[in-house]
Amino acid sequence: MSDLNKLGLAEARDALRARETSSKELTNACLAAIDGAGALNAFVHHTPEKALEQAAQADARLKDADAPAMCGLPIGIKDLFCTKDVPSQAGSRILEGFLPQYESTVSQNLFDAGAVMLGKLNMDEFAMGSSNETSVYGNAVNPWRRGNDAAQLTPGGSSGGSAAAVAADLCLAATGTDTGGSIRQPAAFTGITGIKPTYGRCSRWGIVAFASSLDQAGPMTKSVRDAAIMLEAMCGHDPKDSTSADLAVPDFEAALTGDVRGKKIGIPKEYRMDGMPEEIETLWQDGIAMMRDAGAEIVDISLPHTKYALPAYYVIAPAEASSNLARYDGVRYGHRAKLDQGDGITEMYEKTRAEGFGPEVQRRVMIGTYVLSAGFYDAYYNRARKVRTLIKKDFEDVFAQGIDSILTPATPSAAFGLGEMADADPVQMYLNDVFTVTVNLAGLPGIAVPTGQDRQGLPLGLQLIGRPWEEADLLSSAYALEQAAGFVAKADKWW
Amino acid sequence: MLDLTYDTPKPKRIAGAKHDWELVIGMEVHAQVSSNAKLFSGASTKFGAEPNSNVAFVDAAMPGMLPVINEYCVEQAVRTGLGLKAEINLKSAFDRKNYFYPDLPQGYQISQLYEPIVGEGEVLVEMGDGTARLVRVERIHMEQDAGKSIHDMDPNMSFVDLNRTGVCLMEIVSRPDIRGPEEAAAYLTKLRQILRYLGTCNGDMQSGAMRADVNVSICRPGDYERYEETQDFSHLGTRCEIKNMNSMRFIQQAIEVEARRQIAIVEGGGTVDQETRLYDPDKQETRSMRSKEEAHDYRYFPDPDLLPLEIEQDWVDNIAASLPELPDAKKARFVRDFGLSDYDASVLTADLDSAGYFEDVAQGRDGKMAANWVINELFGRLKKDEKDIANSPVSPAQLGGVIDLIASDAISGKIAKDLFEIVYTEGGDPAAIVEDRGMKQVTDTGAIEAAVDEIIAANPDQVAKAQQNPKLAGWFVGQVMKATGGKANPKAVNQLVAKKLNG
Repeated sequence: MSDLNKLGLAEARDALRARETSSKELTNACLAAIDGAGALNAFVHHTPEKALEQAAQADARLKDADAPAMCGLPIGIKDLFCTKDVPSQAGSRILEGFLPQYESTVSQNLFDAGAVMLGKLNMDEFAMGSSNETSVYGNAVNPWRRGNDAAQLTPGGSSGGSAAAVAADLCLAATGTDTGGSIRQPAAFTGITGIKPTYGRCSRWGIVAFASSLDQAGPMTKSVRDAAIMLEAMCGHDPKDSTSADLAVPDFEAALTGDVRGKKIGIPKEYRMDGMPEEIETLWQDGIAMMRDAGAEIVDISLPHTKYALPAYYVIAPAEASSNLARYDGVRYGHRAKLDQGDGITEMYEKTRAEGFGPEVQRRVMIGTYVLSAGFYDAYYNRARKVRTLIKKDFEDVFAQGIDSILTPATPSAAFGLGEMADADPVQMYLNDVFTVTVNLAGLPGIAVPTGQDRQGLPLGLQLIGRPWEEADLLSSAYALEQAAGFVAKADKWW
Repeated sequence: MLDLTYDTPKPKRIAGAKHDWELVIGMEVHAQVSSNAKLFSGASTKFGAEPNSNVAFVDAAMPGMLPVINEYCVEQAVRTGLGLKAEINLKSAFDRKNYFYPDLPQGYQISQLYEPIVGEGEVLVEMGDGTARLVRVERIHMEQDAGKSIHDMDPNMSFVDLNRTGVCLMEIVSRPDIRGPEEAAAYLTKLRQILRYLGTCNGDMQSGAMRADVNVSICRPGDYERYEETQDFSHLGTRCEIKNMNSMRFIQQAIEVEARRQIAIVEGGGTVDQETRLYDPDKQETRSMRSKEEAHDYRYFPDPDLLPLEIEQDWVDNIAASLPELPDAKKARFVRDFGLSDYDASVLTADLDSAGYFEDVAQGRDGKMAANWVINELFGRLKKDEKDIANSPVSPAQLGGVIDLIASDAISGKIAKDLFEIVYTEGGDPAAIVEDRGMKQVTDTGAIEAAVDEIIAANPDQVAKAQQNPKLAGWFVGQVMKATGGKANPKAVNQLVAKKLNG
């Protein structure tokens, strides 16, 4: 078989089980693709030895017909996941040289399911960013371009390396994490599928924390079916994470009927933003038509507190981050600044954190510290928590009305140019999350599916939001959307 | 159960240059929960291990590590709450208290500010003079201990030991109900006693398993009563918190010193700043810990890594059903069932080992006599050897045997003391020792009479004097006891001597 790296998880799995190829061949194809894709800057730590060792084990299991769900399938892991004895820096200088002595639950689950790790993927520093430009490794690059324009585009963020790697066929799939849209936005920017499951579905143990009440891991894949396969392997109850749900994991792939007849799909009027590009509006209308044609009932709904979501998110997430990132102090691991004669512990903290954290991380730590400080706590943090409760209630109300899932655009635009936002107000960058943060605040599952392209040929995606714990149903609806949209475009290889 | 009743003690008064002043004291006691593992990790809590050997990844705040609550620590906190007759909150929650320090790896301490596990309770603090203060407990919450910074091992570096990091502490917060240094020490003693009965904290102050922050303010006589009536703190003075005290003696000194400092300020026309202070026992003064510019803003917020802690009433009821008899109940029972004085009952119930020992001795015997022997003879002897009751060379059965021999008139009280010393140093069965060594009391009046006659006959001068002054009869009693090797029944000797002298 040729171009093995271009396979999706389901196809490769079937080929492996049919003995048409081997994990070693698949892995080598991906390693070669990675070697040829330095210009994308997607993989930032390469683990070919580990990959080939895992591939050999997988091939042995396949031979014994003892192959678990992801057996022999080569994937990339976002740098936010701690992987044993493999650098895990969260895209930050402050974790320079840090080698975890433990394996995150999600990556361990994937390995237990037979997955092969090719390396670690680029990301915004501590998952804070929407363009991959806050990464200490320099940004990953979107394999897509605007027609023949050579201008480099962002793969989105924070899981930009994961998105670029999957879209460019450097791996069959990748892990991502999503705190405010970090799986769904880059998936939409690169024409791939990404699902953020219900908060508590995937264990957070071993994933470097950004905002603990919002962070969730999820798969970034070439199809909805692949997302179903990989999510099932990733998730499950973990006693090491107190917020992990003790619920059985359904067979997501078996649930992919694509039958949406009689399902009620909600269209929230508040997601029609002023100044939203016409192409996004058209994409949305096309998606609505596809779901209607597939037999779903389209219902206009209202999520009245949507406009407060972004401000609330940019209080809660930095608040938690300011506390979560306090541990990076240069005392025990990672970067420690060189000290001058007479410097004490305060200087050590200040210099280490000033050198170790980039400007966006510093900005969010400052914001978080501010909103939690005495005298401002009620005005910011407590108010944001109240807004969060109202946003959650908005969703509960529409689900109580019988809505099965909600269809929205995934992003307010197609991928933008790298550097384009350099001089913009940070809030402009934060607006990338406008359609996705509500889902994190409410803890719901959300999936981005590529359904069209803009005039310049860039991929665009729609988002489906599901009821809590009903990823199976959500994936099936997303499958229907995927089938109807028939998005098959790939980026032309220029790297 | 019989409740013992007490008068309320008088608040301590200090005479200032201008007025009399009273003290108002509240305490925050940090008690290390007795548990094998830490509050949020499986690492051992064993004291005295090699530095940084009892450290789990989460204790060292490795990236991505998450806390998971130790159910046993929760049980211990609930048990403590029940022991202090406190309200147990079926729902509580953990918050983060944020500050930077090298011995605090997470950069925050997980604590319970907004929703503690235990609410209002009380501690009856007996003062030993027939008075007792009922001190209200405001709350008990669970929190992580910090590690230890070591600054004196190297001229240029500091070292950190994380063994203690994450060990479960209970912070027991009292209302400002304590009215003097002695009451503060008595409160801590009583609290320690209850926790040790419950098995929820070993109470070892030297190892830091129990330490206290003491809030002290002053007020003019009458102001406290106004506060009590209205619960309005403005009737009281501004408080200062003396941090991290782990000696009963220093706590009392520090309170006194701090109160006098505040009195001097107020009488001099100044105002007391609310602040945290440290006590320096060498200089006998308290000192401000940090300036206002360095004042901490802890930025408390709910810990998003932990769900609210919800416990079932049934579970609490089961813990309540397994509570041991607590000091107040035990003391009341000792007074009631054994006829002991309040003082003796207090001494014997001070700790479980003493109380258990006493009960074993007193079983089927005269309670007062048992108490006398345990407190006066045994405790005295143990103290001389710096031994505690758990290592007593004399078992309750042996001491009971000695008491039985007295009760049956087989030996006199004086011989009994000799016998006790033999049992203490050599061991053995008291009855057998008495038999073997011929220590039995002579109750045969014929033998005693002969001895009395002999002494009288040999000492005519003394007889004449004794007949003038009956108090001198004691000399004859002593001579007879000496002649009989102390074995004569003293009562019989007394009677015979009196009879013979008076002819």
